[in-house]
Amino acid sequence: MAKQEIESEVTGNVWKVLKSAGDTVAEGEVIMILESMKMEIPIESPAAGTLVDVLVQPEDQVEEDQAVAVLET
Amino acid sequence: MSSDSKSARSQSRPVITTVLIANRGAIARRIVRACNELGLASVVVFSPADAGAPYLEEASQAYPLTGLRPVESYLDQEQLLQIAQQSGADAVHPGYGFLSENPVFARKVMDAGMVFIGPDPVWLERMGDKVNARRLMAEQGMTTFEGSGLITDIDSAKQAAEQIGFPLVVKPSGGGGGMGMQVVQNVDGLEVALAQAKAVADAAFGNADLYLERWIEKPRHIEYQILADEQGNAMQLYERECSVQRRHQKLIEESPAPGIDAALLGRQAELGASICASLGYNNLGTLETLYSEGETGFLEMNTRIQVEHGVTEEVTGIDLVQQQILLAGGEALPKPVPMVGHAIEVRVYAEDAQTLMPSTGVLGVFQPPSLHGVRIETGYQQGQEVSPYYDALLAKVIAKGNTRAQAIGRVTVALQAFNIQGVQTNVALLVRVLQDSEFLAGNVDTGIVERILLASRKVTAL
Repeated sequence: MAKQEIESEVTGNVWKVLKSAGDTVAEGEVIMILESMKMEIPIESPAAGTLVDVLVQPEDQVEEDQAVAVLET
Repeated sequence: MSSDSKSARSQSRPVITTVLIANRGAIARRIVRACNELGLASVVVFSPADAGAPYLEEASQAYPLTGLRPVESYLDQEQLLQIAQQSGADAVHPGYGFLSENPVFARKVMDAGMVFIGPDPVWLERMGDKVNARRLMAEQGMTTFEGSGLITDIDSAKQAAEQIGFPLVVKPSGGGGGMGMQVVQNVDGLEVALAQAKAVADAAFGNADLYLERWIEKPRHIEYQILADEQGNAMQLYERECSVQRRHQKLIEESPAPGIDAALLGRQAELGASICASLGYNNLGTLETLYSEGETGFLEMNTRIQVEHGVTEEVTGIDLVQQQILLAGGEALPKPVPMVGHAIEVRVYAEDAQTLMPSTGVLGVFQPPSLHGVRIETGYQQGQEVSPYYDALLAKVIAKGNTRAQAIGRVTVALQAFNIQGVQTNVALLVRVLQDSEFLAGNVDTGIVERILLASRKVTAL
């Protein structure tokens, strides 16, 4: 079982968080949606696994490359 | 059909001396320039993210807004109205986006005794409802592509399909973004498509309502510029071709539209102007249409200045932003002018040229070139931060030439000479489109950017 951090590709705000810690996710499944420059940017799970932790909540600001969730595969 | 409020407006000419600009970025700066050229005072507002913008110096007065997010700044009606009063403004220019098509804001501006630089608020309502706008314009004689009402069962669907013809598209009425859309080639596929679309629409939007619309395979987006005065006169300033889009947003616009019968375009534009005159529309507006193989269908009307107004200005020599202010002040329409040469605009966005992901950062280098036949509209300057709070438009690069080829050449050279560092930009994608053989041949449609992105992805994979 390997843990990996899921990072944001963009600077923006967290708009919606769709998954919580403990949820199993499929590869490509949307974990949360960020808002940046009037665009909705989905953050997808890079692999199938279980979310160990979700590190942000709606309205939070995130920076590029900031970890937003932890996935166990 | 001119309303009472409108005739009251035209009886006593409002005097405009000071214009509050309820916007930011390139359009705020553009309106400041129009005010300066007309000899009017301009008042700009800025959120903390825009405190380094160049137009704060160019305007007569600049007032800070308290919040970063749009709802706390450029959408905050009370804050904007308060600044308008405090600054002594007697008119408000809303620009595009933000509050530009908000009838409540327009009415508050007028109730406070100021001029709203735009059409009467009733037009913001009429055209804001897209179904209503389509019905209204169809009644007035503009063609629309065939569509059905809500589909209740397979029999009514078949009946509607017979009227529309195949191929057609099944669309959820409660959603957007292409989700749940099903293209149907013939009557045999209709039932299955309806069932599938219904399931997706129900799951995605919690609303299983469907309707049918004629499927336009490769449409072109053609729009017509309308000017109307307070006395019930209207004129047209030709078309703009806006088919080159990404994520349903325009990327490249030009005028005239290549490869379409000029007589047809002229008839559409004239029809649009005469409808606006007979309905009593006032100030600037744009009629957006789809065009496919000689046919044209009305989409919607934008009751404000467009991002791409510059291409029309370049081929007509008429300053559309000045016209908005003059018309709002009761002036008559300008004299009709011929269309001369060819103009093209490209939108430089702060986003990755391949993935289209937005990009923020500090503009360490930002040096727009100064070239013959090229005009650059930007709300940014070197050293300024590009924040995630507003849209990604960095600059519009507009080129004019005697021919389309010359305009394309000039805009390409300008893009290659535009030095931007500190954020990712879409310049490489713009150049790829400008050098695409189909684009150069004038064979554009709304799918062209997707095809170019797909082709370059395949090359990368090899």
